[in-house]
Amino acid sequence: MNDQALMEKSREPFLIQRIRAGERSHFHELIRPYERRAFLIAYSVLRNQDDAEDAVQQAMLKIFLHLEQLAETDKFAQWAMRVVENEAKMYKRKRHQHLYQSVDEEQEKEGQTKHFHPKQFADWRDLPNEILEQQEVRAAIIEALASLPEIYREIFVLRDMEHLNIAEAAEILGISVPMVKTRLHRARLMMREALSPIFAKPKVSIWERWKGVNPWFAAKR
Amino acid sequence: MVRCKTIIAHLSEYVDGEASPELCHTIEQHLRGCHRCSAVYDSTRKMLVITGDERVFEVPSGYSARLHRFLDKAILEGSAS
Repeated sequence: MNDQALMEKSREPFLIQRIRAGERSHFHELIRPYERRAFLIAYSVLRNQDDAEDAVQQAMLKIFLHLEQLAETDKFAQWAMRVVENEAKMYKRKRHQHLYQSVDEEQEKEGQTKHFHPKQFADWRDLPNEILEQQEVRAAIIEALASLPEIYREIFVLRDMEHLNIAEAAEILGISVPMVKTRLHRARLMMREALSPIFAKPKVSIWERWKGVNPWFAAKR
Repeated sequence: MVRCKTIIAHLSEYVDGEASPELCHTIEQHLRGCHRCSAVYDSTRKMLVITGDERVFEVPSGYSARLHRFLDKAILEGSAS
């Protein structure tokens, strides 16, 4: 956590106290550091940006309405993100009421991934920092994330995209620390597998190698 | 030699720096002699650098403004009180 984040965090109990005392406008300041994380959590459950945005709005409203119930004000972040997670899941259940099949498919997919073993063993290229400037690379990563079953997608988002520690992730997801570790490990293997075709070193054919070293060919281009 | 399956099973622990010194030693020894496991390890590390970058996922444009407008309407105008 950087200095600014630490400072914001240490202000939370104070802000909560002010909000409870009736200064409602402080709520904006309280949730601002968590907007991105909330969106990512909702998106990891719903896989749709509009739905994720709706779910976050409803969750933030609930957080405001139930702020009185939060006993440990220094644990606002974990509590609030748990509310977002639950709201997104509720939203998903409502949306899928008439679509039992897709829910079944998801569960089946989760079952199949219990014993996940890597199948791609190609070396990856060295990836320059600017690679994320490329829209298609970002799209490929989001697509890979969307292809993961929900229980793996959500832990990957919390730990490897939002950089929460294992204990914080366990608290938000309402699961044990060993369970977080197991799921995270599988999630990483699955993500790696899905991204391997994009980031693997290309196999260079003799023809391509010849083009690379032949000055006549380069001059013709 | 330790089986690849065992090494892969402990890879996340190793990447996160949570493996014991003995386990680290076993894994490192294996990685030196096994190209497949070493490729999985190296690519996992590279992947985590990329996915951990904020630029990977951008929230939709206007998301924050819409959220605060919604809250203003619902909370501050008193409709939710």
